[in-house]
Amino acid sequence: MHLAYPAVLAALLFCTGLYGVLARRNAILVLMSVELMLNAVNLNLVAFDVWLRDALHGGQALTLFTIAIAAAEIGIGLAIVLMVYRNRGTSDVDRLRDTAEGHEPAPNDQTAPNNQSEVTA
Amino acid sequence: MTDLIPAATTLAAAATGHGFLSPTGVEIAFVLVGLATLGAAFVTVTTKQLVHAALWLVVALGGIAVEYLLLTAEFIAWVQVLIYLGSVVVLLLFGLMLTKAPIGRSPDADSNNRWVALGVALVAAASLVWVVVDAFRTTWIDLDGPAQGSTKVSGEILFQHWVLPFEALSVLLLAALIGAIVLSRKDTAAGGTDDDTNTKGQQR
Repeated sequence: MHLAYPAVLAALLFCTGLYGVLARRNAILVLMSVELMLNAVNLNLVAFDVWLRDALHGGQALTLFTIAIAAAEIGIGLAIVLMVYRNRGTSDVDRLRDTAEGHEPAPNDQTAPNNQSEVTA
Repeated sequence: MTDLIPAATTLAAAATGHGFLSPTGVEIAFVLVGLATLGAAFVTVTTKQLVHAALWLVVALGGIAVEYLLLTAEFIAWVQVLIYLGSVVVLLLFGLMLTKAPIGRSPDADSNNRWVALGVALVAAASLVWVVVDAFRTTWIDLDGPAQGSTKVSGEILFQHWVLPFEALSVLLLAALIGAIVLSRKDTAAGGTDDDTNTKGQQR
């Protein structure tokens, strides 16, 4: 098999995930796009491992590690998103602008009154 | 996406004996599954129905698992099915439901800067595809011989050469588990009156 097939597919999947991360507004959809980007990298790792015939199979071992770390990342990420939703009533990343410079808080945000000092995601 | 490749590599293909005009069955299957995967990924990042995005993500991740099988990495393919399709997507669906995502079409699923995002993604895609096609147009993967990613091979390399990273990873998973529990735990002093449905989603 030509090596360009998996490499091009991984590049296009990565850019699809990149578009999703930049364009999506819901935090959980952003996490889905991050998963797409991680999977593109995994595909590259497997393809290059099979191509190079590494004796240690470093690409496949690293792919397994990446999958496990992605599972941990999605768990922590969803816990953070749920905590933000519980405190603010929204999981919209455009409204979490407390640490942004030069922007007033959104006039229509639904911040709970007793949680002004909570950290944002 | 495959239109770019033959024109660039006809000379190299003729020199090495591999041909683009006579692709092998594995290559045809790879391209077809790749197109399905890519289409599902596009729908995932563009659909306005949030739950549908999670379900199309299942198709995309399953397609990647099939690509692993075609690359003879069997163990990773089944790990992909178990972890991504089995747990990550279910976790995402739990997250969507716990944040009370709308069931129907939600017009504000995309941000206002989606055209900027589209430009960035297209530029990145063009440059990355150009780079990898230019770099690897004369390289072929040799898929013959024994499978390089069978469970036996993966177990041997994982527990002979990669034992220390493996154990460190288990510690990291434990830390992530405890972190998720701590983050999602009710603060009994402040929020003790909420319903307890929120604590179910984070138990992995």
